[in-house]
Amino acid sequence: MSRRIWNNAVKAGLYICSAVTVALLVSLIGYIMYRGIPALSFHLLSTQSSYLNDTIGILPNILNTLYIIIVTMAIAIPIGVCAALYLTEYAENKKLVSAIEFAAETLTGIPSIIFGLVGMLVFTQLLGIKQGILAGALTLVMMIMPTIIRTTQESLKTVPMSYREGALAMGAGKWYMIRTVVLPNAVDGIVTGCILAVGRIIGESAALLFTAGFGLVLNNFVDSLTSSSATLTVALYVYASERGETNVAFAIAVVLIILTLVINMIAGLAAGRLRAKTK
Amino acid sequence: MDKAMEIKDLNLWYGEHQALENISVDLPKNEITALIGPSGCGKSTFLKTLNRMNDLVQGVRITGEVRYNGKNIYDPDVDVTDLRKKIGMVFQKANPFPMSIYDNIAYGPRIHGVHAKVKLDEIVERSLKDAAIWNEVKDRLRTSALGLSGGQQQRLCIARALAVEPDILLMDESTSALDPISTGKIEELCLELKKKYTVVMVTHNMQQAVRISDWCAFFLLGKLIEFNTSEKIFSIPQDKRTEDYITGRFG
Repeated sequence: MSRRIWNNAVKAGLYICSAVTVALLVSLIGYIMYRGIPALSFHLLSTQSSYLNDTIGILPNILNTLYIIIVTMAIAIPIGVCAALYLTEYAENKKLVSAIEFAAETLTGIPSIIFGLVGMLVFTQLLGIKQGILAGALTLVMMIMPTIIRTTQESLKTVPMSYREGALAMGAGKWYMIRTVVLPNAVDGIVTGCILAVGRIIGESAALLFTAGFGLVLNNFVDSLTSSSATLTVALYVYASERGETNVAFAIAVVLIILTLVINMIAGLAAGRLRAKTK
Repeated sequence: MDKAMEIKDLNLWYGEHQALENISVDLPKNEITALIGPSGCGKSTFLKTLNRMNDLVQGVRITGEVRYNGKNIYDPDVDVTDLRKKIGMVFQKANPFPMSIYDNIAYGPRIHGVHAKVKLDEIVERSLKDAAIWNEVKDRLRTSALGLSGGQQQRLCIARALAVEPDILLMDESTSALDPISTGKIEELCLELKKKYTVVMVTHNMQQAVRISDWCAFFLLGKLIEFNTSEKIFSIPQDKRTEDYITGRFG
């Protein structure tokens, strides 16, 4: 009899834990939507802030987020994928490979504010690149490269050895084999890793504070590279703390949550396609 | 007999472990040579030295000579990709690429610079016919090769190896994962193939060796114990160990 009570008690306890988790998520998102949606407007999303007209617009920040995604990925993908290719397909020294993998693994755990500090010191001060999208992107590249390398490596490892042997046995050179047999079959996994990296970029703030800057002015792509340009996350901080416009901050939060949701859904679809293909 | 390959004093080490010891043998041209022996005796390792597939294994060390067309294939100036074009390999488990049947067969020729559609069409048809699978797949060349049955996939892999027009075909227990009917089809195929190619096959199946091989090499613990025509090996083996193996006393 007491065993039955105990079982029910445990079951109830687990149920409560799950309920708390869901409640947490629902209330968090709910509150943000409650405060943020009323503050959303077409005007907010499509103009830049103007002191003259005393209006607020987050278009520059939306564009800055877009720019920084593009620049970061344009640098991180080629370097990351090539590094992963070297580690998985070419490297002979097992100890060296382990050391590099350990380094990459550790990098993912370092707090992003440290990347921001290093980025500021190296890119904006040492190398003299002005605060802007470029310096911010370079900082983010350091942050997400380990992720890209790791997911690409995992993806390459799922390609069966037998494909490589089959190609080589017919006289294919190593790079030809990798290009025609390995990479096409690893692409899905690589893409999923990239999508997840984009999700991380969208949510990054600490690393961008002193590298991409706080600028709220609308710039074209080229100018934004070397002009102080706040992404959505940094803009949220600026409007909330320095300008006291908490409603705007919540509106930005809504935009960010929607973006994150969309990215996660796309990543989920990509991963699903990958799973279906390998069945 | 005409020689396809001449092996002299071949030794191979995987790290510290010696897998092949002083192997010397001449492989006859346009005949089927079977490599037999118990598990772990080195026959697959030996097969892979013939097209330098052992190069892919880390820590492999080789001494001795493997001569093809009068040249030692382990000379530093040998072009390995060209070598593997002339000495093709079919593996134990069929490994078609996840592409269409057509692209699988065309893969080899494309490596070596053939891109003209007309020529590729011709090669694909010839190879699939040589591998006795043309009629079964001619209407579905653009469908995925992974949709074929195990036996068909293996014949596809044979066709793929034939597409680059090799001289020698190495078969590493290529029928051990197949049902008897598919095995029978491939054995028939080998008998046809030896007219144009030299076939060297590793097999666990002694009945298969008896059925189709002309020559037989018996390996044991990394050494070549006996090499002779299959007729002689299976009727009057010279070495007691050979006799013990083929009568099933071990292995």
